[in-house]
Amino acid sequence: MLRISPRVSQRMAMAYIWGGGVITVLILVVVIGYVLVQGIPGLSLDFLLTPPEGGLAGGGGISTVIVTTIYLVGLTIVILVPIGLGAAIYLAEYAPDNRFTRSIRYGIEVLAGVPSIIFGLFGFALFVTALHFNFSILSGALTLVCLLLPTMIRTSEEAIKAVPYAHREAALALGATRWQMISRVLLPTALPGIVTAVILCVGRAIEETACLYVTLGGSAAMPTSLLSGGRTLSLHVFYLAMETRNFTGAMTTAAVLIITILVINTITNLLSNRFQRKMKGAA
Amino acid sequence: MTIYNGACEGGKLSIRNVNLYYGNFQALRDISLEIPQCAITAIIGPSGCGKSSFIRLLNRMNDIINGVRVEGDIQLDGIPIYDKSVDVVDLRKRVGMVFQKPNPFPMSVFDNIAFGPRQHGKHNRIELQEIVEKSLHQAALWDEVNDKLGQSALALSGGQQQRLCIARVLAVEPEVILMDEPCSALDPVATLKIEDLMRNLAKNYTIVIVTHNMQQAARVSDMAAFFMMTEDRAGVLVEYGATSQIFTNPKDKRTEDYITGRFG
Repeated sequence: MLRISPRVSQRMAMAYIWGGGVITVLILVVVIGYVLVQGIPGLSLDFLLTPPEGGLAGGGGISTVIVTTIYLVGLTIVILVPIGLGAAIYLAEYAPDNRFTRSIRYGIEVLAGVPSIIFGLFGFALFVTALHFNFSILSGALTLVCLLLPTMIRTSEEAIKAVPYAHREAALALGATRWQMISRVLLPTALPGIVTAVILCVGRAIEETACLYVTLGGSAAMPTSLLSGGRTLSLHVFYLAMETRNFTGAMTTAAVLIITILVINTITNLLSNRFQRKMKGAA
Repeated sequence: MTIYNGACEGGKLSIRNVNLYYGNFQALRDISLEIPQCAITAIIGPSGCGKSSFIRLLNRMNDIINGVRVEGDIQLDGIPIYDKSVDVVDLRKRVGMVFQKPNPFPMSVFDNIAFGPRQHGKHNRIELQEIVEKSLHQAALWDEVNDKLGQSALALSGGQQQRLCIARVLAVEPEVILMDEPCSALDPVATLKIEDLMRNLAKNYTIVIVTHNMQQAARVSDMAAFFMMTEDRAGVLVEYGATSQIFTNPKDKRTEDYITGRFG
């Protein structure tokens, strides 16, 4: 039998762990770097401020696309957060451990694993067709809400559950009602985690393509109401790449997308670090 | 050593034939005792004998545990606290609690103390400031924290945090303060500070303290109740009386064995 000396096995283990880390970072750098290098030369204020032109050339900018993305993400979050937070509070604080709540949890687990195009088909059948919302921001947002609810619920439930039991006891022993305990102690303490959940959902709403393809349509026009169709940044990337000759335009739009996500993540990290430091009392 | 303040004469809490069950498990059996007003009553006994379960009966903190069942009668100033007409929120305003581990909220010192009053509808800034200052003075913490009211309570030392928790309870103006091993997470110096504070508070408040520490019970309490576990693990009250009597002349052999350190 081959025996490996501890020193060699240590070296091999280090090589393996380092290798994994280096490859991960490399992939990240190459993907983001490639998109930025290809995309940034085409980036200009003009590109951001002019609407896309139709046709095979796929020229023009992305002004209407940006507006649609903002509307869609905004509407999604406005609907998603109250529902998701309510469900998370219920599951974390009120739900007894019985067959009913176990089946809710199981349902959430399953939903989280369903491919987004399935949600898209569901949204198409229900919102676009049956409810006559057509291809619209409303249909897209409602479909995204269905898609993102599991993430929102699970992440914020974890955040609420992570609040020490001692805080609950302390609040109740001071004569707080259950709701006061939840709203004045649990939610503020869990806020960094809840904000993380919201940002996670914002990120996924921005990057989602498949389920919007069949609910938001693909109109390049400026949206005028919740019932207007439209295309988000990621959907625009898809259209430019697949249906026009403007691959550079797709790359530029992708660069805008990546920069947006980087900016959102950075701001979130800064905010949540500052918040946590304030709470933990390192001041 | 049982000294009663004139204005504070009489019983405060009356516990009669109380049984406590967690599901099928009986945690306390047939407990009866009278807790006097404006005095410190210590609950002593070996681990697992139901001391904590017992004081959690007095502000109904056991209620938040699933499958809990209480039999018998507990009265606060003659009012049965387990009666349906009693609002548990009002009860907990009158019967405050300090826990084993200091548990300040992750908020500023000020917001911690103002938490109770705010939940009970006080929002006037000046009024809250007065309450915070008074409570911190009462808890002998004002001199140490008056310049850091806006800072996080989690930055304080363990002993300061525990006095903050006491101040937070005082801000609600309770009549009874329950303390569940309030010094077990603290060093000796911080422990002595809390004990001094308890003696001072006992002039105006009824205090019930659970403690593992025999010296502490002997030092601070007026009355002492000795709990023990029976064979089926239910807690029973073995002996109850003035602390001086319990510690110098216990009537029950088991009490004597315990306080002289022969078991537990």
